[in-house]
Amino acid sequence: MTVKATSRNSGNRQPMTDTKLLMLIAIGIFVVMYGAAMLFIGKRFLNTQEIFNLLNNNAYLIILGCSLTIVMIGGGIDISVGGVVCLSAMSCAKFLQTSGMEGVPGVIVSLLLALGIGLLFGLEQGFLVSYLGIQPFIVTLAGMFLSRGVTTMISSENVPIKHEAFLEMKKTALQIPSVGKLELGAIIALLILLLMYLLLRHHRLGRSIYALGGNQQSALMLGINVKRSRFLSYVISGVLSGLAGYIFIMHASSGKTSIGLRSEMDAIASAIIGGTLLTGGVGNVFGAFFGVMILSTIQEIMAASKVQESYWQEIASGSMLALFILMQSVVLSRRGKKMSLPAWIKFKKE
Amino acid sequence: MEVLTMRGISKSFPGTKALDNVDFTLRKGEIHALMGENGAGKSTLIKVLTGVYPKDSGKIFVDGVEGEAHIHSPQDAQNIGISTVYQEINLCPNLTVAENMFIGRTRGSRVHWKENERKTNEILTNLGIPAQANQELSHCSLAVQQMVAIARAVDMNCKVLILDEPTSSLDDKEVQMLFGLMRDLQARGVGIIFVTHFLEQVYEVSDRITVLRNGELVGEYPVSELPQVELVARMMGKNLNDLADLEEIGQKKENVGNIVYEAENLSSSECKPFNFQIREGEVNGFTGLLGSGRSESVRAIFGADRVTGGKVKVKGKSVHISKPHEAMKAGIGYLSEDRKRDGIIADLSVRENIILAMQVMKGFFHPMGRREMEKFADEYIRTLKIKTAGQETPVGSLSGGNQQKVILARWLLTHPDYLILDEPTRGIDVGTKLEIQKLVLKLAAEENMSITFISSEIEEMLRTCSRLIVMRDRNIVGELTGDDLNQASVMQTIAGGGR
Repeated sequence: MTVKATSRNSGNRQPMTDTKLLMLIAIGIFVVMYGAAMLFIGKRFLNTQEIFNLLNNNAYLIILGCSLTIVMIGGGIDISVGGVVCLSAMSCAKFLQTSGMEGVPGVIVSLLLALGIGLLFGLEQGFLVSYLGIQPFIVTLAGMFLSRGVTTMISSENVPIKHEAFLEMKKTALQIPSVGKLELGAIIALLILLLMYLLLRHHRLGRSIYALGGNQQSALMLGINVKRSRFLSYVISGVLSGLAGYIFIMHASSGKTSIGLRSEMDAIASAIIGGTLLTGGVGNVFGAFFGVMILSTIQEIMAASKVQESYWQEIASGSMLALFILMQSVVLSRRGKKMSLPAWIKFKKE
Repeated sequence: MEVLTMRGISKSFPGTKALDNVDFTLRKGEIHALMGENGAGKSTLIKVLTGVYPKDSGKIFVDGVEGEAHIHSPQDAQNIGISTVYQEINLCPNLTVAENMFIGRTRGSRVHWKENERKTNEILTNLGIPAQANQELSHCSLAVQQMVAIARAVDMNCKVLILDEPTSSLDDKEVQMLFGLMRDLQARGVGIIFVTHFLEQVYEVSDRITVLRNGELVGEYPVSELPQVELVARMMGKNLNDLADLEEIGQKKENVGNIVYEAENLSSSECKPFNFQIREGEVNGFTGLLGSGRSESVRAIFGADRVTGGKVKVKGKSVHISKPHEAMKAGIGYLSEDRKRDGIIADLSVRENIILAMQVMKGFFHPMGRREMEKFADEYIRTLKIKTAGQETPVGSLSGGNQQKVILARWLLTHPDYLILDEPTRGIDVGTKLEIQKLVLKLAAEENMSITFISSEIEEMLRTCSRLIVMRDRNIVGELTGDDLNQASVMQTIAGGGR
């Protein structure tokens, strides 16, 4: 008992929370990795535009990282996000090409379509998981198949977008002289990141999601509407996935069935690397952001060092993920906690 | 003045009457201990009061509520000023102390960190709780976490505070801190219902005691008028002057053989160091109230909890036992207290459940033949008179008594030198209870097996055991043999000398 040791001066500094600690580790690794790339590979890594390119190319993944972080803090999982991205992207592409709605209205309606598709998946999955108590892994696995299937139904071919207003909007970018160019999609992704941080940190819903991830029974006893909070976490995840699909075509300007393949796994990996625990209750969207940056930097390093075989990239990403999980479990066990299986893997008792 | 009056509360579950016409009153600013053995109805009463279970009949009156109080959910209870702090703390470890104080209570969507932390620090200072508002709850000790839970309840203006086994996982110093807080709240006029199984603690802080037994009210007493030994007698339902004569079944054997098992300063994560030995053909018992450490001690012998120290000798040879399979190799069998949790595997068949321990002994690389397994299963189903449709019936579908016999068969099949039976007769019918007691005596007499028998019913222990080890508050406080083996001395020892 440290009764006297924790004497009460209001400005006293507290030991770092798990969330912060794990995120700092992720930031540290990113800085070290990028620094090493600048030193040993040089060339484009010395160019500031390279960092902006990481953001521009992975804007949709940053948003998915936020989705997964929120769901995982609540102790759940959502593996449908990749499929929903693809469906939303393909639907928008098809709409822009075939509806004949020109100009700004076309852009707005297509955006609403993307958000609507995400919302629909979020509502359905949230309802099944939260109110009917079905395992989130299974529910979102079904969502993943469903969205991929519908995408192929809409079109199995590539759908290039030639909608003028859309292409015009796509060109919008923040040009910072002698630093680089930041695309609109990346700006939106960063805004979403900030918004989700505020939600998780300063909104009642965000704190409720942390509480239910920490201990569901306690959250219930503390008077939190556990079911509604969990439901909303899936709805947010769905809407963000829909938006991510839109951001994707803003970058790629064509719909394909291969969009977002494996991106749910990248998003989960990013969240974990950023310090979100599979057990729930601990995590941070900024961590997920750095997770995305780490994974994409690995990709860039591989490309720059002219490694032809794509498996090296997967091996590197895989090792990185394993290393992180190991480090997390070491850090947490040193703090007297054990990693245990998350609720969605455990089988129901009795 | 009464803050809470419960009158004629009854509650039945299918097959049992959990509460039968129970009265309970709580005064303003008193600490009222609610006592009773397992199944006495304490937790049912608490759950009725907090709206977890609906009551069948009876009335609840709460100070400040006009007429009868209607409580249908824990939320209702909280709204009229009844708060509960459970043993397993119902707070979120990943949030800060301040958040745990205010989450779920505030309106509006923004979280006011600064304001909440300021208010929390005020409350903590006021109640003298050594924690800080911006601390993550998991960084606080268990005692402080519990106090934070209490602080939350107090801040919600509770009039009735229920503390359900709050001291079980605290050390002595922490218990004192908690008691300090309880006395402080008492002085502020909060009525506290204190549920515990630690007798000493009851006498340390309580004003009055209500005793329940088998769902019935035994009585309500001021602490000063109920000596500790009387309390034990009331809880166990025995009158000290009325000693039922013991019916002898079979012959008890005095300790004659060689020492089979010997432990010196054995301790585990759940129990304090103790010394223990047992001889060939001896039946002994561990007794004490629930939570006194009787089960924890035998679990340490079997290596079921994490063993932290001590020397163990089996038949004179030093052995190391820290895992159940090591104990089994050394010839020790253990039938656990909670057969649902560590005993039967409900979905496996009777045969598979019986064979299980033997298979472990042989090692999984030496599979047993189907015919061999069937022969053994058949033999034990017959000897123990297990009522089952067949060998392949899933154990889950048998009655409690027969499930117990299946586990017993499992251990007998391994022919242990030393068999530990922890509450083998709980929840089974009287006939089967007698059969099991007879079997215990027979095994000791005919097969020279050493047996440790644990039961909540003292008569059973007196009938079967030739030596009783008495525990209180996780310590061995006495060892009774020969003429001392009677209810009066057992209860005296359980209650302890004082008061």
